Amino acid sequence: MRFGNKTATRRELIFYALCLIVTSFALTALLITVGAIVASGALKLNLDFLLGFPSRKAEQAGILPALLGSAYIIFLVAVVSVPIGVLSALFFEEYLRNGPIKKMLDINLKTLAGVPSIVYGLIGLQIFVRTFDLGRSILAGALTISLLILPVVVIASREAIRQVPGSFREASYALGATKFDTIWRIVIPFSLPGIITGSILALSRAIGEAAPLICLGALTYVAFIPDGLFSPFTTLPIQAFNWISRPQPEFHQNAAGAILILIILLLIVNSLGILIRLKLQKRLNLG
Amino acid sequence: MEERSAIVTKGVSLWYNDFRALDSVSIFIPAFSIMAIIGPSGCGKSSFLRCLNRMNDLIDGAKVTGSIKIFGEEVLSTSCDVVELRRRVGMVFQKSNPFPKTVFENVAFGLKLKGIRDREFLLYKVEKSLRMAGLWDEIKDRLNHSALDLSGGQQQRLCIARALAVDPSVLLMDEPASALDPKSTAKIEELILELKKTVTIIIVTHNLQQAKRISDHCAFFLDGRCEEFGPTAKIFGQPDKQSTSDYVFGKFG
Ligand SMILES: Nc1ncnc2c1ncn2[C@@H]1O[C@H](COP(=O)(O)OP(=O)(O)OP(=O)(O)O)[C@@H](O)[C@H]1O
Ligand SMILES: [Mg+2]
Repeated sequence: MRFGNKTATRRELIFYALCLIVTSFALTALLITVGAIVASGALKLNLDFLLGFPSRKAEQAGILPALLGSAYIIFLVAVVSVPIGVLSALFFEEYLRNGPIKKMLDINLKTLAGVPSIVYGLIGLQIFVRTFDLGRSILAGALTISLLILPVVVIASREAIRQVPGSFREASYALGATKFDTIWRIVIPFSLPGIITGSILALSRAIGEAAPLICLGALTYVAFIPDGLFSPFTTLPIQAFNWISRPQPEFHQNAAGAILILIILLLIVNSLGILIRLKLQKRLNLG
Repeated sequence: MEERSAIVTKGVSLWYNDFRALDSVSIFIPAFSIMAIIGPSGCGKSSFLRCLNRMNDLIDGAKVTGSIKIFGEEVLSTSCDVVELRRRVGMVFQKSNPFPKTVFENVAFGLKLKGIRDREFLLYKVEKSLRMAGLWDEIKDRLNHSALDLSGGQQQRLCIARALAVDPSVLLMDEPASALDPKSTAKIEELILELKKTVTIIIVTHNLQQAKRISDHCAFFLDGRCEEFGPTAKIFGQPDKQSTSDYVFGKFG
């Protein structure tokens, strides 16, 4: 008995150590990356850089157009993909009956979530830029990115909707609620925190995407502030990519600065998401 | 007898896909009385209860045939307004399921569904329902607290109050006290006896003593069939069928 206990303990220790080692690898890699970026980009965290326009002289170049481009894109993507994603998820979970159609759509959805982003760029180029003639505009870019993250938003929202206990639905129906009542008063409010968390994760991914946007023709050199839905644009990752492909080391520093700001933007979006979620959860518990 | 009944079922059968969970159940339940449904686990008590307010509609593959008349109106016909039916036929579940909202919001839920917004009226109804559920004095100061902060027994009575708020004429209770301690159980039994004055109650219970204590009529289910139903005294005294007598005298189940 004692011996058996001992083996169990030893096995547990080994497993624990293994987990620890693997985690520290990941953390170290992350720390080194962030450290390197901060080390070379921190100098760039000043207003001149933030509010400046790109320039051929590295020390004068700034990221305002790219920053605003990214912000606009994220905002539009959120506005487009979250409502559509949530409604689709509700359709999936609340209306679609179990059967071959649901199964097929389900496989489809999961496949779509795994399609490489460059493919979405090509689709966006054909549909939005050419067929709908939106040009290489912010709108075309936002719609393309929306397509890209839509499957992820739908999957996350479905997961959140499934977490709403069946007993709440039953209680609601038993009190004379229609399906719509139940969805509106029970399912949506109680799944909203989860939906928001999932959507924010998807949006974070969208912030960092460069490939599909380049593919549909986002500019890499924009010396003006985008002034509307149909304006040409660039974004932070594209700007960083542009700078990093130049030979001069000064530009590499700019790239680090842009990436640093991208990371900060990401943190802001994520914290906003967490704040909204906490607020909702608190309100839910109280009424 | 049958004409004055609140609920009359004739040949009610229920399938879950290919599985026949109920087989021609025909019983009648007089108004303003308590009917207890007893029987071994899996015999179809909950399934039968869920036929009466058409909750089985929510289950994929469930199919009900036969006739169920509640106060003369056919429940199983397609012209039956299910929303209206469920308001008239309230339900309390085995596992209490208050919403993670305030006490007030829980009780007012059904009223708000009806589109009632008037705060005064809502408060009046919430108080009345909580009083009927014997909960008002305990929690009148906590109407704005989360329902999840209440004790298990209080939560179950809150669910009863929630069901009562829309003025049902029938109340279906599926083992409402099975998860409660004796004291809370006694409270709920007391409450049920009190409610009998205004609503017709059907209660599923595994507790034979409880069925004996509170019910006027009793139905014994076995393998999806209603073996026997009648006055409680008779079912627990000299039942007609051997199976009933085996069950109530503790030979099985
Ligand atoms: N949703 C469902 N799908 C398929 N079969 C079901 C479903 N619900 C119940 N059944 C089956 O129908 C039969 C009757 O179930 P029911 O829940 O009505 O029994 P019960 O008498 O309430 O049992 P208990 O006393 O354990 O609650 C059981 O064999 C059960 O497995
Ligand atoms: Mg049951």
